[in-house]
Amino acid sequence: MSAKVSAPVSTFQSESQSNSSGTELVDRLRVRLRPDQVRDSATEVNLYRHDASNMSGHASVVCFAESRDDVQAVVQVANEFNVPFVARGSGTGLSGGAVPPDGAIVISLSKMNRILSVDPVNRIAWVEPGVLNLDLSTQIAHLGVHFAPDPSSQQTCSIGGNVANNSGGPHCLADGVTSAHIHAIEVVLPDGTITMLGGEDPEPDGLDLRGAFIGSEGMFGVATKIAVKLMANPFEVATLLLDFSTVADGAYLVSDIIADGIVPAAVEMMDQLCLQVVEEYVHAGLPVEQAAALLIEVVGLPAGVEADVARILELAQARNVGGIRVAADEAERALLWKGRKSAFGAISRVKPNYYLHDTVVPRHRLPGVLDEIYEIADRYELFIINVFHAGDGNLHPLLVFDAREPGVMDRVRSAGDEIVRASVAAGGVLSGEHGIGLEKRDLMPLMFSDVDLAAQADLRRAFDPALLANPDKVLPSPATCGDIHSAPEGAWV
Amino acid sequence: MGMSSTEANFLDAASERFATEVGAEGEVTIAGSGTRSGAVDGVRLVHAPVGIEWVQPAEMTIKCGAGTPVEEVDAALREHGQRVVIPSGGTIGGALAVGQSGIDRLGYGPIRDALLQTHYVSAAGEVVKAGGPTVKNVSGFDLCRLLVGSRGTLGFFSDVILRTRPRAQAEQWFMSERDPWELIAELYRPISVLWDGATVWVHLEGHADDIAAEASTTGMVETDGPSTLPQQARWSMSPSELESLRVATPGSFVAEIGVGIVHHTRPAPNREQDAAVVEMNRRIRHEFDPAGRLNPGLAD
Repeated sequence: MSAKVSAPVSTFQSESQSNSSGTELVDRLRVRLRPDQVRDSATEVNLYRHDASNMSGHASVVCFAESRDDVQAVVQVANEFNVPFVARGSGTGLSGGAVPPDGAIVISLSKMNRILSVDPVNRIAWVEPGVLNLDLSTQIAHLGVHFAPDPSSQQTCSIGGNVANNSGGPHCLADGVTSAHIHAIEVVLPDGTITMLGGEDPEPDGLDLRGAFIGSEGMFGVATKIAVKLMANPFEVATLLLDFSTVADGAYLVSDIIADGIVPAAVEMMDQLCLQVVEEYVHAGLPVEQAAALLIEVVGLPAGVEADVARILELAQARNVGGIRVAADEAERALLWKGRKSAFGAISRVKPNYYLHDTVVPRHRLPGVLDEIYEIADRYELFIINVFHAGDGNLHPLLVFDAREPGVMDRVRSAGDEIVRASVAAGGVLSGEHGIGLEKRDLMPLMFSDVDLAAQADLRRAFDPALLANPDKVLPSPATCGDIHSAPEGAWV
Repeated sequence: MGMSSTEANFLDAASERFATEVGAEGEVTIAGSGTRSGAVDGVRLVHAPVGIEWVQPAEMTIKCGAGTPVEEVDAALREHGQRVVIPSGGTIGGALAVGQSGIDRLGYGPIRDALLQTHYVSAAGEVVKAGGPTVKNVSGFDLCRLLVGSRGTLGFFSDVILRTRPRAQAEQWFMSERDPWELIAELYRPISVLWDGATVWVHLEGHADDIAAEASTTGMVETDGPSTLPQQARWSMSPSELESLRVATPGSFVAEIGVGIVHHTRPAPNREQDAAVVEMNRRIRHEFDPAGRLNPGLAD
């Protein structure tokens, strides 16, 4: 899931003019690509300083790749000049993964946006990395299939970005995250070699390089063509909105459902403040008086869906459910989902800025961790909105604030840090779908020992011995002594 | 949370002992129960910890030693109406190290997605954690996917946290003489569609009424199970290339339609691996085990 962070991006320090090696670099790139594909004016380069996080860096030049060979040419030039490079899809990432390292070449893949082939029977499509997530599912809907990962940014995020971040979304509860939906990836490795990782065949020889590449946040090379798995569109869909007078009742119901052997397609939770701001925005008749609501979707064949819905309602009664709303038709279903998915847009009605977190806790710890999160927000005098993938235990606390208020950023930082620590202490993980990037790089030791991190650094070194592919991300510096570039402005938890 | 534990955290200590046993020098090999491939001959043999530390049905997870038999895990989960997507026989660690999925891959996905977290013992004799305990997790590089199917050449699984799935309320095998591609296009998310060139076997799970309705609209008849799978060879083909088997002798193979695995009586054709892929395999193995001491000879 993903949404634009509206916290102010830290001010740009000084626009350093291209030095002589910078000019040589740009000249060389203009020889390898068409000159109009290589942009180095301050205005254009500035557009690529940040992603949807609040961190920013400073690229030296932006290249608009139109083909695998273009990508290879840029990576080869990066190696010639020993300059780091970062591939970029739509820039919707929330953890600073696409923030350029100092002086880096940005490789924009947004022009590589063709759907190359679709096989609805064997359920495989080949796409270029710049294809937008929702565009793929929309364009193949008539064939009765779709691409399952559905981050909240799916209208704007690219499939290449999904691969880089191993993205999730509400419907990953039943269907799994991006890694479970990728068969093969054609990549330009960090040394410029082109190869294919994985394959259409299910058991390629050797190590699962495909699996290693997915979620590597641009540090193992650049994807130039991706074979995605397609899933049959659901035969029948039931969408329920259940509300509760306590957050804990709703949270406990999530575990009850799973323990009962039902895995809904999606289980999303919205707390009261979320319901209120969203209702003002979409007028969906949401239960604004209640402490929390669960949006549950069950898909499948008719008898199975009917039985699951009946059982979920039975379990909900035992958790003191208040209102029960079953979407009567596709329009109502779309309205309820619009409520869920527009939460971030609606937030601006409370305060102008927000910071979105992303952690995962074991489902049975949700009630306790949610209590802790409310307590942390109280202590730091911040508004907090919880709207998240409850079925996965994937929390998305949203700290809402006005950045003009003196000192507020320190409180937001400290509260965020405490939330992440509380999640990990509850047996959870640092990130469920946004990735580590720069945002949580220095928190990796909360989950991993030096020995664990060294193994990840070993894998990184195997893919990229020269450490030119998106350096400084994911691994805290002791684990990657070769990555010596400085952290971009604004990097914080 | 319904934990059926032998002793809390016993696997931590077991992993430390296992690491000491693996040590940091000299060639060493591992075997579970030898079901899938077994140990490398003539090399010092070690065994991974055995036993289930906990089952958490509401999390859909289980933690056990890698040396635990698949059947033991299966029995423990059956009590909670759950299962793991790991083919039966042998040990959990053996199944993960070999990385071959079962014939339910079409419906449940590959075995590699069953592994959420592991402590493995590295070539340096250290206990290393990869992954995390929750189903959703993108914290760091995905070493778990890399380790599944690596045949113990990057490290030896010591303990694992696996994702579980609910067992279906009803399930049934069917037979049909129809074209397998026609059939798969008409079925809603079948668990298996197997084809031997003449007969199709289909495994459906879900609500009994839905299963009956699907069988009736597609004209399939109930059967006890699929034909015996040829054991001689395991081919891995693009699912679309399975059409080439239309000219093969019916009965000489059983193909997993929609997946691409073919259980064949004839040896698999040689496949060329891209030089860059071979080189990347070599580099990763070199980083993880520079001396090539773990399961020597299995890296090729």
